[in-house]
Amino acid sequence: MLQFVQDIMNYEFLQKALFTSIMVGILCGVIGSFIILRGMALMGDAISHAILPGVAISFMLGINYFYGAVLMGIITALGIGFVTQNSRIKSDSSIGIVFSAFFALGILLLMKAQTAVDLSQILFGNVLSVRSSDMWLTLIIGVVVLLFVFIFYKEFLITTFDPIISKSYGIPTKLVHYGLMVLLTLVTVASLQTVGVILVVAMLITPAATAYLLTNRLSTMIFLSAFFGAVSSVLGLYFSFKYNLTSGAVIVLVATALFILAFLFAPQQGIIWRSLRSNKKKVSY
Amino acid sequence: MEKAIEINNLHVSYYGKEVIQDISFSLGKGKLIGIIGPNGAGKSTMMKAILGLIPKDYGEVKIHGKEIKTMRKNIAYVPQRSDLDWDFPINVIDTVLLGTYPQLGLFRRPGKKEKKWARECLEKVGMEKFAKHQIGELSGGQQQRVFLARALAQRAEMFFLDEPFVGIDVASEQTIINILKQLRDEGKTVFVIHHDLSKVEDYFDDLILINKKLIQSGPVRDVFQRETMTRAYQTNFPFMNMEVGV
Repeated sequence: MLQFVQDIMNYEFLQKALFTSIMVGILCGVIGSFIILRGMALMGDAISHAILPGVAISFMLGINYFYGAVLMGIITALGIGFVTQNSRIKSDSSIGIVFSAFFALGILLLMKAQTAVDLSQILFGNVLSVRSSDMWLTLIIGVVVLLFVFIFYKEFLITTFDPIISKSYGIPTKLVHYGLMVLLTLVTVASLQTVGVILVVAMLITPAATAYLLTNRLSTMIFLSAFFGAVSSVLGLYFSFKYNLTSGAVIVLVATALFILAFLFAPQQGIIWRSLRSNKKKVSY
Repeated sequence: MEKAIEINNLHVSYYGKEVIQDISFSLGKGKLIGIIGPNGAGKSTMMKAILGLIPKDYGEVKIHGKEIKTMRKNIAYVPQRSDLDWDFPINVIDTVLLGTYPQLGLFRRPGKKEKKWARECLEKVGMEKFAKHQIGELSGGQQQRVFLARALAQRAEMFFLDEPFVGIDVASEQTIINILKQLRDEGKTVFVIHHDLSKVEDYFDDLILINKKLIQSGPVRDVFQRETMTRAYQTNFPFMNMEVGV
């Protein structure tokens, strides 16, 4: 570990990787908290997959993949909403239809593009190859996303907890929903380099789910979730660097390990204390 | 006397079926008003349409002579308890605090003043001991009292409650009806969707009796009659011979 700290001091690429992955961990943790409480985990998965054609087209046009990806994310969110609202098809099915179509299209386009883009890098991420421009992009996205969540915390809280009451207060719940989708897309794009398209969903839901088991306050949950996200990223980066493993996969497994710990040992929700408590109850009867 | 609410020609459809047909009524301020009718009569739908939560086909809704959109701050709504995530990470006092949001507007956050007020509202419904409990830990009646506290926190002029007494204990029902009567005495207008006909005369000043269409609206003694009730429920009300003495 000491060696790792020293390497970080010495190598600029490691500093960039560390900074980017911490930022991504925090962002995924924050947005993920809202995603899991709204029951939209599948939506997170969908958007992360569906941005692939956007990435491909951006490369073809020679622009930053950010623009294409964000545009595709928004089209996906709108498309899914459109299919759900205008047919008898339920939302999980329309999510499946829309995102797999876009993902398939993205694969073909990337193959055709035959640029320097490495498909596997987009799919699985490679945090050690983060460039300065990616790092700044992540920082800007991070500031924008966190600022939005901070300013509209009240609105995010109430529309997530009680959409009916939110409507009766005159809060534009649909606008908040699509706003959150845009933030989700931004976070997904920022996560491309570290964990890749396929595993973004894990970064969105696993740290948030871990935090959810530990607290009964949304604000605490968001901070804990961001913390777990960042810790997973740092530890994941360490193992990835030390043993030359794919960063995305390692980060996700670290996040999962934290989840399992909470699942077993969380004071209120952990299964061990819960089974102890229910045994006690049985004895006292 | 200024009308609290005026409904003209209200029509509402749900999935292409007309659920509310041509309902019109107007009622004065400072009343405790029961909305009654058989299952499927469209009571909840009508309330949601009045509140602008679902679109109406046509018709006019005026609250204190104004459009609902401009009156939202002054209207508190307590929906049916059913579709909420009871595992949501929020405790009782923070739930009540949500009621201060409409007055706060977009960018302000609840501060000391709002928190103190939320606590006072919680005391009114007798739930202050549970302030730090997660909402899912409460019984049905306790939850309903918390949601009433949230409505109180809104400092509204008008209250709409959808079946507030369903599945709750007697003590909670008593607490809630007392608070509603107190609100009425302070000059607020309170609408309650209700289905326990045995309490109607104790609880309400006015009634709106509907079954898709308006059967009748007005003071309880005029509406709560065997003839009108039979028309609404399409069944005989032998018990009313005893209770109302028609």
